[in-house]
Amino acid sequence: MSTISVAKKTPSWSRREFIAAGAAAGTGLVIGFFLPHGEKTDKKVFSPNAYLRITPDNKITVVVARSEMGQGIRTALPMILAEELEADWKHIEIEQAGASTLYGDQTTGGSASVRTTWDPMRKAGATAREMLISAAALTWGVSRSGCTAQGGNILHAASKRQLSYGDLAVKAATLPIPTDVPLKQSKDYKIVGQRLPRVDTPSKVKGEAVFGIDFRMPGMKFAVLSRCPTIGGKMLSFDDKESKKVSGVSFVGKISDSAVAVVAESVWGAMEGRRLLNVNWDDGPNKDLNTAAVMQSLKQGAAKKGVSLFALGDVSKVAGRKVSGEYQLPFMAHAPMEPGNCTAHFQGTSCELWAPTQVPQDCRDSVAQALGLDPDQVKVNVTLMGGGFGRRLEHDYAVEAAQVSKAAQVPVKVLWTREDDMRSSTYRPASLHQLSAVVDGAGYPVAFTHRLIAPSISGQRGQPGPNGLDPDLTDEAAFVYGVPNVSLEYVLTETVVPLGWMRSVYALQAAFASETFIDELAVAAGKDPLEYRLHMLAQNKDQDIPFFTTTWHPARMRGVLQLAADKAGWTKPLPAGRFRGIACFACFSSYVAEVVEITMENNAPQVHRVVAAVDCGQVVNPSILEQQIPGGVIYALGNALRAQITIEKGRVVQGNFDDYAPVRMGESPVVEVYAVPSAEPPTGIGEPSVPPLAPALCNAIYAATKKRIRALPIGT
Amino acid sequence: MADITLRVNGTEKKVSVPAETPLLWVLRDTLDLPGTKFGCGAGLCGACTVHVDGSATRSCSTPVSQVQGKSITTIEGLGANGLHVLQQAWIAEEVPQCGYCQTGQIMTAAALLASTPNPSDQQITQAMNGNLCRCGTYERIRKAIRRAASGSMAAGGTR
Repeated sequence: MSTISVAKKTPSWSRREFIAAGAAAGTGLVIGFFLPHGEKTDKKVFSPNAYLRITPDNKITVVVARSEMGQGIRTALPMILAEELEADWKHIEIEQAGASTLYGDQTTGGSASVRTTWDPMRKAGATAREMLISAAALTWGVSRSGCTAQGGNILHAASKRQLSYGDLAVKAATLPIPTDVPLKQSKDYKIVGQRLPRVDTPSKVKGEAVFGIDFRMPGMKFAVLSRCPTIGGKMLSFDDKESKKVSGVSFVGKISDSAVAVVAESVWGAMEGRRLLNVNWDDGPNKDLNTAAVMQSLKQGAAKKGVSLFALGDVSKVAGRKVSGEYQLPFMAHAPMEPGNCTAHFQGTSCELWAPTQVPQDCRDSVAQALGLDPDQVKVNVTLMGGGFGRRLEHDYAVEAAQVSKAAQVPVKVLWTREDDMRSSTYRPASLHQLSAVVDGAGYPVAFTHRLIAPSISGQRGQPGPNGLDPDLTDEAAFVYGVPNVSLEYVLTETVVPLGWMRSVYALQAAFASETFIDELAVAAGKDPLEYRLHMLAQNKDQDIPFFTTTWHPARMRGVLQLAADKAGWTKPLPAGRFRGIACFACFSSYVAEVVEITMENNAPQVHRVVAAVDCGQVVNPSILEQQIPGGVIYALGNALRAQITIEKGRVVQGNFDDYAPVRMGESPVVEVYAVPSAEPPTGIGEPSVPPLAPALCNAIYAATKKRIRALPIGT
Repeated sequence: MADITLRVNGTEKKVSVPAETPLLWVLRDTLDLPGTKFGCGAGLCGACTVHVDGSATRSCSTPVSQVQGKSITTIEGLGANGLHVLQQAWIAEEVPQCGYCQTGQIMTAAALLASTPNPSDQQITQAMNGNLCRCGTYERIRKAIRRAASGSMAAGGTR
């Protein structure tokens, strides 16, 4: 069985060394592919690139440069490399990379890990395979063409000889690295596409898995922070007399303009110290802010002209019967099970971190900046994460830990409580959507307009896209139906409420508005909602839809809709009291359709069954797909039913799992997952099942009650 | 500070901590048993579930003074002679995603099976409803409990 080890001995290459090595290999800056050879490389280790090491004892180590937060990446990425390597999966060991300059952008988000490293991981494995074949051919003095790689060995059929990869490691390490290697055909895959068990399951079941919160080091203390409860407020003064009486409290001090840290021997001591801390806050400019004002600002924003996301034909020139609808969504919180935390050890001219993070490189750079260090002086180790959902795309916890370690002069773990996480987080942007369509005599749209009015996550951070467009919308707001005149418009609004990227980001908002409106159009036209959608995706309208860097294929959307409908028995009658709704959406380069079956119990929906069909290209591991798709559905169900962050007097109201209540087992439906067979390159699976759920559910509620839900959460 | 004696995973442990310290932090920080997790600190999510004299208990909201002299089992001590039948079932059904809540889920399920060896779906839901999972693994949790209850695991597991 594979083992997990957190990288401890990974050499830390400076940026300069790496660039020099890349240039020496004649490759330019091919990030994450060519590991520098030379003095630093152990001659007994065959390591043709930064993802792979093979040693003479036949140990094959694959380095995973993305972060594991439950999505199975420590299994999926090595599977891809092992496939091309023709390795025996049982011999693969996995090493987690920390922040590095070798692997390009290590951000784990946007359902991107597999789709963006599919080629590098395949080439990394194939390069090694070809070099091992060469090493064997040279060893035996035979032609390469008579040698084949299989199950971790090179075979020479004619002479019935074989050598293991470990046997060949030393020889292979002396060979030049080929630049153009053949890749396998999907029909020949032995590992990719298999239902292999995840490498991290046993440790998680035994309680041995080390999450960020579990990391320990000698001399480490614990800290909790008192943060200003009002958005944008500041600390004026604090009185720590009572805090310092708590047994084990060793340090109380200001960490930033809006936070005071309490450091103690134990978590409980730090919590007690904070409870007894008396801070005088200046509530600042937002002390009267409330949710109503935020929603009002969206309505005011709607009067402005926005930026065009996508335009086809000219919607303004289409006359006819017009239908319109307005939709609204609230702020939401990620609320991963493991609250925020990070361990830091500052030692004057260096700082080492153990971070449950989706952005190790951002942690490194932000900590360096905060402490006045060079990025090379900050080492970031990546731990397992108890969920991410985008919350750990922030690096506030890492900067805090580094600052506290520096101030208190000890290695320290900063831990957030659930209330800290709920109230001092970043939130899915609240949004308003104005949709309209001009329909033909049969009720089908000839013009379709969607105005998405929302604050910008990146814009709030001073990194807007062109014309104030939020860059995330390019992956999350496509319209894949064949309508001759389309206008998708983004209207930027401002808010002081901190915004973050939450699972499926703007796709959730876009899909809720768009797929609910399309259901309304279908009902108004007297058509079946599935037939209505299929008609708009009909073959005669089947043109590629270029949308920023993605090209969408309506035929693939048609495929998932039909598959979901077939498996759900869409045309078959339901038992009395059961109703269903359908929706589909395309994002993160994948296509998902969902059919939701409900009953209404005391005016509240109970979801019994969700049938999800997905086209995500080549499925790397069906078992992981069958975790991620239901995972997204259940997460989205919680979002749709109850998730809502509200603001009163500049403060977040919700604090824990009582007033921000996720789905529990009792309301969790059976989720069936069907994948469209495909040999296309793999695309995202972590997020694409989230967006269709809310509209499919609300469309089912309409079928049951004739009441249209146009604002989330649904409530009870 | 109070000197408190606990029986943890079959071994007597003496700790010297403030009497009101939640059992969770004594287990994690004092006794170095980090398999029990912190999720909410308010008994709302079940990530901190341990057994106190066999009953599923939220250790985050149980002062250590209340369990003086009692017998506590954590995930580290659940499978005294190899993996517990539920841990085997959890592996067979590939339940965990992020895995953070799963030790608490398993401890709750173990208490259920100890009192109700063959629970109905309704009994499973009733017992497990206090344990949150943000990854949405509920269906596989249910399957794993059914698998363990039906005795379809390989011999060698412990109850």
